[in-house]
Amino acid sequence: MSIEIQNIRKRFGDFVALDDVNLTVNDGELLALLGPSGCGKTTLLRIIAGLERPDGGQVLFGGEDATHRHVAERQVGFVFQHYALFRHMTVFDNVAFGLTVKPRRSRPSPEAIRERVMELLRLVQLEWLADAYPPQLSGGQRQRIALARSLAVEPRVLLLDEPFGALDARVRKDLRRWLRELHDEIHLTSVFVTHDQEEALEVSDRVVVMDHGHIEQVGRPDEIYENPASPFVTQFLGDVNLFHGRVEKGLFTVGDYAHPLAGHGDSDKALAYVRPHDLDVSLSAQQALAQGRVEHIHAVGPVVRLELRQDDGSVIDVALSKERFRELGLAPGDIAYVRPKKLSVFNTDASDYVI
Amino acid sequence: MSDSYSANAEPRWVRWLLCGVALAFVFLFLLIPLLSVFQQALAHGFALYLTALTDADARAAIWLTVRSAAIAVPLNLVFGVAAAWAVARFEFRGKTLLTTLIDLPFSVSPVVAGLMFVLLFGVNSPVGGFLAAHGLKVIFAEPGIVLATVFVTFPFVARELIPLMQSQGADEEQAALVLGASGWKSFVRVTLPNVKWGLLYGVILCNARAMGEFGAVSVVSGHIRGETNTIPLHVEILYNEYNFVGAFACASILALLALLTLVIKSLIEWRQAREQNEAAGRVQLARVRRAGEHA
Repeated sequence: MSIEIQNIRKRFGDFVALDDVNLTVNDGELLALLGPSGCGKTTLLRIIAGLERPDGGQVLFGGEDATHRHVAERQVGFVFQHYALFRHMTVFDNVAFGLTVKPRRSRPSPEAIRERVMELLRLVQLEWLADAYPPQLSGGQRQRIALARSLAVEPRVLLLDEPFGALDARVRKDLRRWLRELHDEIHLTSVFVTHDQEEALEVSDRVVVMDHGHIEQVGRPDEIYENPASPFVTQFLGDVNLFHGRVEKGLFTVGDYAHPLAGHGDSDKALAYVRPHDLDVSLSAQQALAQGRVEHIHAVGPVVRLELRQDDGSVIDVALSKERFRELGLAPGDIAYVRPKKLSVFNTDASDYVI
Repeated sequence: MSDSYSANAEPRWVRWLLCGVALAFVFLFLLIPLLSVFQQALAHGFALYLTALTDADARAAIWLTVRSAAIAVPLNLVFGVAAAWAVARFEFRGKTLLTTLIDLPFSVSPVVAGLMFVLLFGVNSPVGGFLAAHGLKVIFAEPGIVLATVFVTFPFVARELIPLMQSQGADEEQAALVLGASGWKSFVRVTLPNVKWGLLYGVILCNARAMGEFGAVSVVSGHIRGETNTIPLHVEILYNEYNFVGAFACASILALLALLTLVIKSLIEWRQAREQNEAAGRVQLARVRRAGEHA
């Protein structure tokens, strides 16, 4: 079931949570809504579920308008950040809940319910905990029960609100992989909210990056990572070095340094973002962006991390391969130049981005 | 356990002192008065005790008390749940005012509350006059007693539920709705079971106060023997007439009712704990079995 979001607007008092958001979730895909807290991602998810009412706009399920349909009739599965398991019911009764509250006509028989619940518990590999109460479970177990509960009613779409947010790093990693595999198995249209870019990039088919109630960029994880559409996306997706300069005759110029830049119009004020591993260190100033004094060398692990201090006091982070580092033979205190292998340039005079 | 070091373990004499003070208070202010009620009631034998209780006026007082509690408690139960639901789940204008108003009966002296009803519903007031003209006597009659009882017991259920429901949050109810439950089903199957202990406690307190209320009821009752005397009022009258056996016999009924509610509460709590223990045991067993299978 595809989901279409058209011109959705939502305010809470003076706070604009969503400002004219448009988005299509394709049938069967696993989509991540990624952004910092307060960007509107959870509000959007709750509007899709029907837990929140938009001030304007439409939500379509499979082409059919569901904007005014009550949450109980939307046939969505929703996994809450803090699980929201019914604390007074056993795991079995939790998973069975959605089936037992069906109107008598469409309610399955007790045997059918039992079978379905046990099947789901096997799917999440927790059938041995059927008699337990939620407080007796670990965080990861609760999360999986919450998922089984939401799947019991055979939802048309699955919505997950920060599904791994409250778990420790190790469990989170396991569950992430498990969710990916589960999705590959059941192919249910799924949307999950996260503020963790690594999680979004690793698990999802497509990522939606949001900020201040706007969608900044939509795309496959590799697309977004390689070609961020705005300074915000660039910064949000990982460590990045920032260079202020201008674009002139196919050159990005920072002070005395210039680097060739193709396909970019002239601009008096421009920002160049370069990830640490996209920077090379060189002993010559040719095509470099800046110069700095080597301050720290962290040589633990497969990459060597360098910190170069510029004359104005700012620091440039560089990640080099072990081989390249050995080739250069750098020592603390040396003067070196940084040359970008790949950079994202944004004009600041023409854009309204505020960083 | 007592040997293991713990950061908040106080010296032995501090623990003994604190326990001693608490126990002495319980003994002096709760146990001795309670025992003396029964001792006084039975001072002249069981037969006299029974006679005092089966006296027509005493029986009327007991029934009146039970009747007014039976009306006031369900009314406040419904109101309390509705108010707690509204305050804990919704944001609306005047919410602070509502929570303040719920507490009003606690801050107003019961006598003032009674007086308020006399002024509002007395035969000389417009409302009371209108009702009297249509054959409904409120003040110095049963409706007045019920009204006063409802007023003074107003906050009990709501005050128990509001903090509980606020701390539990609305997540579970929303989960129920997403799973297709109607609002009513979500309320019956999720909200109520989650607040049942708070609710029960509120009802017990509400009931105890409804049966024991003196001040407000005293003002509106008119003290007509066999008609508008509740147990507390009847106790006072008997005591003033130096009928100590009668007074303490009726007082013992109130005390017994209080003890009974406490016993019921402990019973339910005990059963609940046993159920959870059994469940915990089953989970433990499943864990052990699973570990065995994987070994």
